[in-house]
Amino acid sequence: MSVLVYIEHVDGAFKKSALEAVSYAKEVGTLINQPVYALSIGEVAESELENIGTYGADKLITVNNAELKQFLNQAYASVIAEVATSVGADTVVLSNSFSGKGIAPRIAAKLNAALGDGAISLPQMSGDSWTIQKTAFSNKAIATEQLDGQKRVIALTPNSMEAKEHPTSMTIESYQPNLSPGDLSTVIKDIVRATNKVSLPEAEIVVSAGRGMKGPENWAMVEELANVLGAATACSKPVSDAGWRPHAEHVGQTGLAVTPKLYIAIGISGAIQHLAGVSASKTIVVINKDPEAPFFKVADYGIVGDAFEVLPQLIEAFKTYKNN
Amino acid sequence: MKILVCLSNVPDTTSKITFTDNNTRFNNAGVQYIINPYDEIALAKAVELAEGGKGTVTVIHVGEADAEPTIRKALAVGADDAVRVNAFPRDAWFVANQIAAFAKAQQFDLILTGRESIDYNGVQVQGFLGELLAIPSVSIAKSLQINGEEITVEREIEGGKEVLAVSLPVVIGTAEGVAEPKIPNMRGIMTARTKPLQVIDAVEVPVLSKIVQYETPPARGAVKLISKEDIAQLVNLLHTEAKVI
Ligand SMILES: Cc1cc2nc3c(=O)[nH]c(=O)nc-3n(C[C@H](O)[C@H](O)[C@H](O)COP(=O)(O)OP(=O)(O)OC[C@H]3O[C@@H](n4cnc5c(N)ncnc54)[C@H](O)[C@@H]3O)c2cc1C
Ligand SMILES: Nc1ncnc2c1ncn2[C@@H]1O[C@H](COP(=O)(O)O)[C@@H](O)[C@H]1O
Repeated sequence: MSVLVYIEHVDGAFKKSALEAVSYAKEVGTLINQPVYALSIGEVAESELENIGTYGADKLITVNNAELKQFLNQAYASVIAEVATSVGADTVVLSNSFSGKGIAPRIAAKLNAALGDGAISLPQMSGDSWTIQKTAFSNKAIATEQLDGQKRVIALTPNSMEAKEHPTSMTIESYQPNLSPGDLSTVIKDIVRATNKVSLPEAEIVVSAGRGMKGPENWAMVEELANVLGAATACSKPVSDAGWRPHAEHVGQTGLAVTPKLYIAIGISGAIQHLAGVSASKTIVVINKDPEAPFFKVADYGIVGDAFEVLPQLIEAFKTYKNN
Repeated sequence: MKILVCLSNVPDTTSKITFTDNNTRFNNAGVQYIINPYDEIALAKAVELAEGGKGTVTVIHVGEADAEPTIRKALAVGADDAVRVNAFPRDAWFVANQIAAFAKAQQFDLILTGRESIDYNGVQVQGFLGELLAIPSVSIAKSLQINGEEITVEREIEGGKEVLAVSLPVVIGTAEGVAEPKIPNMRGIMTARTKPLQVIDAVEVPVLSKIVQYETPPARGAVKLISKEDIAQLVNLLHTEAKVI
């Protein structure tokens, strides 16, 4: 028996969340005394592949068919399930990224496995019965979920576990899957990705702004602050509804739930629906001109002041910090 | 085009989230239920696609009788008929199996779900359904266009989007951008009362997972206010105290 971890890459480079998944799989493997096999699908540079050994995989299985160069939901799910069966993996780990969310249920259904999605902790085990923790009710609660049965698929929330180094002498093997034409019916026509931006779901620092910024023309300051900090930008719902920012930046109960180390909220009132998506952040800083803004009640640090005055100073202060 | 829209009935977004029975069950006392906001987007898109006799929209909900107001609201928005699978929706695997059992015999061209339910946030039903029906599934769609047999979908990816061409039948989980939620008008509300709402029995599904315990996240300490005259102190605290930069 073994643990299989699927590692996602973007344009041939493994994502941070993929390394977190390998490290998580290694810890699970250690708990149950099973080897950890990593699976990479598509074209990835040799040096990137070798790096996976740093995080504790015993073997790396690569699948590199012409048809599988790019992520295809159904085909990737089939390949992962097939490899899991072929290496006797009862536990499959992957990242709960946007693509991961699309394939996790399909893999679980194929393997007749219990699905633990959005895990934020290592499992606790008692025989075949495992439990994991995950967030529920848009971060308003933490649920302990019991995964019964002989197999389970665990999708790990990005940023919830650190990618710990655990160097092993890893071997690399390629694998030729059996693809069925039905799995390849979806065609990718285009991928549009802002390469210079930090991806929001994986970001360690998020700079987020709300209606207090008055209009889209004032976002240069927000972006500059994000740049200085190597942070991703986010916004409240009315901001994306008004078209000031893209929908993909909207965080909250009906937007993305994020769990960065640091969440900086500027000109956001702190409505319950907004807080739902951000309250699991480790540290929260709030900048708001209204001392009564509800956001201050759930913040670690606060500055009462006009964003248009505070932001330029904050940018300078962080610049000074970075230069030292 | 035959369209099926899957509806989840969720606590209103302002609900206080508490638990009962030793923190093993969500406490729904006094909680208002609404159509899952993402499912309103799916419904609006379906109604738009079917408009002018171009198709039919069936809504399905797996749940108990107290969800009927939510189903009637969907009929008021413009769905043609509704199905309720009479069972407690214990988890996504159970729900997806019920929907698949119904959909199998019906030959829907397009099955829409919301991107996720705002209570359990699974993003699971849509992938399970695709697998159970052996058809493609797309999670987190930001736009959806139909051209004959082919559908163009924009899917959210980290830092951008992916444009996909998929063929029918397909399951798609809709997010913002696909359509604007529709508010029912008076005529819709009147006709909703007489539209068919069929109640069917659930099929049996083995239990693979269950939530055994809930906790509310630990509360934060009181906020430390920093004077806007002393912003360097914030930077300092983030470094030395919070250790996040
Ligand atoms: C079903 C439903 C779902 C929702 N889902 C979400 C969600 O997922 N995410 C979300 O964000 N919202 C969501 N909302 C909306 C939510 O209720 C709030 O309306 C929204 O979060 C408010 O956005 P805001 O804080 O940017 O704007 P406002 O509430 O208008 O707050 C603006 C804040 O900026 C401050 N401000 C103004 N000028 C300045 C200045 N110069 N300097 C500093 N501060 C200033 C003000 O004091 C105020 O606190 C949802 C609502 C509903 C009904
Ligand atoms: N009880 C239910 N009945 C019908 N559809 C549901 C139910 N629960 C969830 N869904 C659908 O599945 C989507 C995703 O839910 P989830 O996988 O729980 O995040 C929702 O947006 C609904 O469209």
